[in-house]
Amino acid sequence: MEFVQNFPFICIILSMFSAIVSFILPGKAAKYLHIGMVTAVLVLSAGTLAYVAGTGESYTFMMGQFPAPWGNEIRVGVLEALMAVIFCIIMLLSVFGGIAHVEREIQRSRKNLFYILLDLLLASLLALIYTNDLFTAYVFIEINTIAACGLIIVKKEARTYVSAIRYMVMSLVGSGLFLIGLSLLYGITGHLLMTPAKEALEKIIAQGTYHVPLVVIMVLVVIGLGIKSGMYLFHTWIPDTYGYTTPTCSAILSSLVSKSYIFLMIKIFFRVVGFDSIISSHLVNIIFVLGLIGMIMGSVAAIKENDIRRMTAFSSVAQIGYIYMGIGLGTTAGVVAALFHIIVHGITKSQLFISIAGLSDVSDGKQDFHSLKGAGFRCKIAGAAYTAASLSMVGMPFFSGFVSKYLFASSAMTAGSGRLIAAWIVLGVSTILNTVYFMRTVITIYTPVDEEMRKVHGISPSKTEQAAMAAMILLNVVVGVASTPIIRALESGLAMFG
Amino acid sequence: MSKPNPNYKGSFWEHLAKWLRGEYDPVKGRLETKAVAKKTAGKEEMQSFDQSIQKIGKYDMRMFEEGIDRQVGRYRVVYRILSVVTVVFLISLLLWTVSYMPNFGDPNAPTNNEVSQRYIEKGMEEMGTVNIVTGMILGYRAFDTFGETCVLFVASCCVLFLLRVDREDDPQSAAVEEMNDRHFEPRNDTILQKVANFLVPLILIFGIYVVLNGHLSPGGGFSGGAIMASGAILYLTAYGFKKTHRFLNEKVVDAMKAGALILYSFAITYFLYTGANQLHSIFGPGTPGNILSAGLIVFLNIFVGVEVACTMYTFYTLFRRGGI
Repeated sequence: MEFVQNFPFICIILSMFSAIVSFILPGKAAKYLHIGMVTAVLVLSAGTLAYVAGTGESYTFMMGQFPAPWGNEIRVGVLEALMAVIFCIIMLLSVFGGIAHVEREIQRSRKNLFYILLDLLLASLLALIYTNDLFTAYVFIEINTIAACGLIIVKKEARTYVSAIRYMVMSLVGSGLFLIGLSLLYGITGHLLMTPAKEALEKIIAQGTYHVPLVVIMVLVVIGLGIKSGMYLFHTWIPDTYGYTTPTCSAILSSLVSKSYIFLMIKIFFRVVGFDSIISSHLVNIIFVLGLIGMIMGSVAAIKENDIRRMTAFSSVAQIGYIYMGIGLGTTAGVVAALFHIIVHGITKSQLFISIAGLSDVSDGKQDFHSLKGAGFRCKIAGAAYTAASLSMVGMPFFSGFVSKYLFASSAMTAGSGRLIAAWIVLGVSTILNTVYFMRTVITIYTPVDEEMRKVHGISPSKTEQAAMAAMILLNVVVGVASTPIIRALESGLAMFG
Repeated sequence: MSKPNPNYKGSFWEHLAKWLRGEYDPVKGRLETKAVAKKTAGKEEMQSFDQSIQKIGKYDMRMFEEGIDRQVGRYRVVYRILSVVTVVFLISLLLWTVSYMPNFGDPNAPTNNEVSQRYIEKGMEEMGTVNIVTGMILGYRAFDTFGETCVLFVASCCVLFLLRVDREDDPQSAAVEEMNDRHFEPRNDTILQKVANFLVPLILIFGIYVVLNGHLSPGGGFSGGAIMASGAILYLTAYGFKKTHRFLNEKVVDAMKAGALILYSFAITYFLYTGANQLHSIFGPGTPGNILSAGLIVFLNIFVGVEVACTMYTFYTLFRRGGI
């Protein structure tokens, strides 16, 4: 076994270890440790990606002294390594993009706790990406949920407490349903690791026994993870959760936390239940319809909103609808489009939240449209970042959003004609609605204002934050222009998945 | 006449003689319950206390109002009915599903496969643990348990974030917490102290026993840690913070917690690394039944126990007055 194969394991342990060490460190040291750790994890994940792409094969890594059906295991393929790399980049940029806010909004004595939460969140994201064991997934879902609740309350306000409680209740319902599904699955297969569980399930499906429990398990897992990722119908916690906490946390919660659950769902579809039986159980139809409704209703709710951050949060509902629509197409091409949109939405949404923080900072900290008039002149880089992200969400060429819209539209052709028509119509309507609310905001922030209003009212974003915004624009354009290798990697990774 | 004893005054015999004559009552002033001299708060202190209570009330009100969304108010009745319908539906769905599941205790059930067979039959030989459950959670699935310990750790960090009162930065709320604590907690209760004197050492020793014998008998780090924490909490309740601080202050608890977790992560890294790379581990299973057997599991149990005990104790003190 080569040493490179240890990298994913080292990444997970490293992030947990730095969380533990941060407990006795002062806030500043915890911050540097966090940044250093994420960079190290990024480098190691890139190494893993290069290695797996080079060999062209996935491998399993024994987490313990005993092999698969007895001990824990993680599995590393191109898809997992790519997701780890992207998640690390987004995490790093989000932390840099809100670093001055963290300094201002979090008490000095609590800063190290904030970085502990971020460290453990990264550990849980990595574990959810790499795990080949259903129960390990559940344990790290717990860490993810608690850390996410902690990240909402870091800004100590009444509203964040209310939204944290709402998030916690919804999220725990999701975890509970997932856990029930997992127990039932263990009851009929006798395995918790994904590979043996899949073999057992194949036998069960061939014999036709346990048909009812199997359907219920799939429904419970989909709804449980759907609640946690903000699928339409279960999305009510989203605007409060993303709307009031510190910008770094909004960015991370919207672009990483919810995506990790969707990734886990795709993983369970492919590596445990088998995508064919998901299709034959007609569950994809429900996912497809919920995705379509989410695409429209999320955008409609965003149009009605008068607070720019809540509007962006409702836009997340629509974008998560896109992802579920892609999965619901029931073809591999659709899942590739969904995976690509996970990346695109992660990059763009964090960029939106970070730039909104910059815009509202120079407008006396207000977030309603009236106060934001001309904010693009007050903070040029935040205005540029917001415009770029909006264009990307709308689907302008040269930005990453264009590629994912194109992928959705072309992958719809691989599905049946009914789905094709529905997907195309809803894609068109949703794009128009996206344009309505995003372009309204862009026009608002570039409304011509007099000389007095062009001066900064409040605090200008710090140099680091401005640099992070610039880096985010660059990343968005790079993913938009050089999307082919990423799509290739997603396709080959998904092929390794099955 | 003999010489009077110079030590007679105030001696036992004098008291006896006085008691016989009915001049002295030995239990007088000792049996009656005396009203504890309450510390009367100054006017300013009372005012600030009142203000803080009002502040909390207003805060609650604001949170309550902000929690009620306009739309939620409109559909309240519908929501109640819908939630009952959803729960009833979920219950019946799950009951219906369970009727299709394999029977409980069925020897042919899918769960009775090679996995549980190896845990039961070879657990003692491979892990060196007489207690199969410990062998499973700290041996075969050690990584899950490390994650589970981190769940506890992240939960304690969130509670710290919410409830910790900074005594240097925010002396006013620290004073309010102190006042609250004085109002609601017993002070120098003799019965409690006597019972605690007797029970605390027993509880602590039992906790240590459960932790150290985790691989031999039922128990382990999680349960033993909770027992040890309950001993420490009983001592704190009986004797108050001032006396407890002589041996258990914030620094000690934090150091123990962080130390246990750091050692735990080193141990687990070694365990996983050697396992995955097929290297020889210096911690073999040993002789099952010995206290020093089962390789790393003994140490893992100790680390988990210390971590759980510290976390529980911290929770108690945080909820009581916002800090150790």
